[in-house]
Amino acid sequence: MKGIVTVLGKDSVGIIAKICLYLSERNTNVLDIAQTIVGGYFNMMMVVDLSGASEPLASMAVGLETLGRDIGVVVKLQHEDIFNAMHRI
Amino acid sequence: MISISEVQETIRMISEANLDVRTITMGISLLDCADDNYETFCRKIYDKITLKAEHLSRIGDDISKEYGVPVVNKRISVTPIAIAASGCRCEDYVEVARTLDRAAVATGVNFIGGFSALVHKGITPEDRKLLDSIPPALAGTERVCSSVNVASTRSGINMNAVNIVARLVKDTAMMTAAADSIGCAKFVVFCNAVDDNPFMAGAFHGIGEGDCAINVGVSGPGVVKRAIESTRGADFETLCETVKRTAFKITRVGQLVAQEASRRLNVPFGAIDLSLAPTPAIGDSIAEILQEMGLEQPGAPGTTAAIAILNDNVKKGGVMASSYVGGLSGAFIPVSEDRGMIEAVKLGALTLEKLEAMTCVCSVGIDMAAIPGDTPVETLAGIILDEMAIGMINNKTTAVRIIPVIGKGVGEMAEFGGLLGAAPIMSVNPFSCADFVKRGGRIPAPIHSFRN
Repeated sequence: MKGIVTVLGKDSVGIIAKICLYLSERNTNVLDIAQTIVGGYFNMMMVVDLSGASEPLASMAVGLETLGRDIGVVVKLQHEDIFNAMHRI
Repeated sequence: MISISEVQETIRMISEANLDVRTITMGISLLDCADDNYETFCRKIYDKITLKAEHLSRIGDDISKEYGVPVVNKRISVTPIAIAASGCRCEDYVEVARTLDRAAVATGVNFIGGFSALVHKGITPEDRKLLDSIPPALAGTERVCSSVNVASTRSGINMNAVNIVARLVKDTAMMTAAADSIGCAKFVVFCNAVDDNPFMAGAFHGIGEGDCAINVGVSGPGVVKRAIESTRGADFETLCETVKRTAFKITRVGQLVAQEASRRLNVPFGAIDLSLAPTPAIGDSIAEILQEMGLEQPGAPGTTAAIAILNDNVKKGGVMASSYVGGLSGAFIPVSEDRGMIEAVKLGALTLEKLEAMTCVCSVGIDMAAIPGDTPVETLAGIILDEMAIGMINNKTTAVRIIPVIGKGVGEMAEFGGLLGAAPIMSVNPFSCADFVKRGGRIPAPIHSFRN
């Protein structure tokens, strides 16, 4: 099962590091990262492998949201199927 | 591989344009609960509902968290009680309504529908018992919704039933007068009612359905509005294509949630209802779509065409996105639940007659319209009858959920609170139809119903 982590907010030092640390602590592997910075705004997407994750998706989503608030960005974790359903036939 | 722009598009739909799954509704058959002992019947239906829907709320919330899309309501619909309870020896069905209310509280759903009767051709003694129980049932419960089907294309309009339900609307209004006649907000009169409607207040689990089914209502007027902002000044082809594409995307989310809910609950997937349903929230309004299309206010000339275009293209886009489409699948224009519609009524742009015209081209009916509390019962019957005639002749579902707000008159506001919103009292044509509706009997089925 794959999840998509998205991060949106003002760029600052260590955003990726903090999120990756959170994921690695829960045995979640990052498969791919794409990011853009436009006008100081940071827009990142990560594809993560949740098949070996030590915590359920729903609680990790809440945890990442809280982490995002602490570092001043909006972080979401969602099951990848919602994006596949909407954008792929 | 999904691109970052596609991911951001989905996230923006949810966070900025109020994309949500409006309801996961579990339909539950109560036919196997039949018992001639009233108390036993009530116990059986409580046990069955609370067992089947035990995990409904939790699973709805889990799906919402995992996919990051709000699942706003979890609801239950049951077999029309006039049928399910017909074997009971009892005076009325008010205790059934109380039992349904308790089952709704126990399962954590905000509404339970099916305190209903199907009387489009005739009224059995059990139907009559149910009808007479509606006002006290709605006044005495919080979460129970009721509906009555009084007409169909195949069998015509049961005018006796129309006259009875008009009286029920008035009685329910009287019994809940202290709360702006809110009981009427939980009562729908139908022509061509459908078996798999997930939306309240008209949901019931039809008798042709299986033991249990999951029906999902998607929504997203805000997403459609946002999408067509990019088509300002463009021709109708562009407008229609944009609505279609957007409806496809919205419905795919509904399909995903429906399949997932069905799998986790181990209940068959019934249908997706492709209705755009507004809420009182800003940016979640059908009226705003009509304005974005180019109308100054809903109700302006062109409104009927605009709602026709909207409905047709929502269906064209949505049908391809789902394996089973059902329910009502038409735009809802509940006045009290749509901020833009409320404004249009206040400005005098939108009248009851224009709402009726809009229902001819596929919106579902006159919905959550508040009228003066002193409106005569015969006039209520006339308003219901007109809407039933539209449904019967056009072979479509139409509905009336109208609220004569006791003690209030034109220009005043009725406050219902929460999802039900607030409604300005609309004026009603003052001329009488009493001698017409009093004829009673049945209006025969239209010629085009004979298709065999």
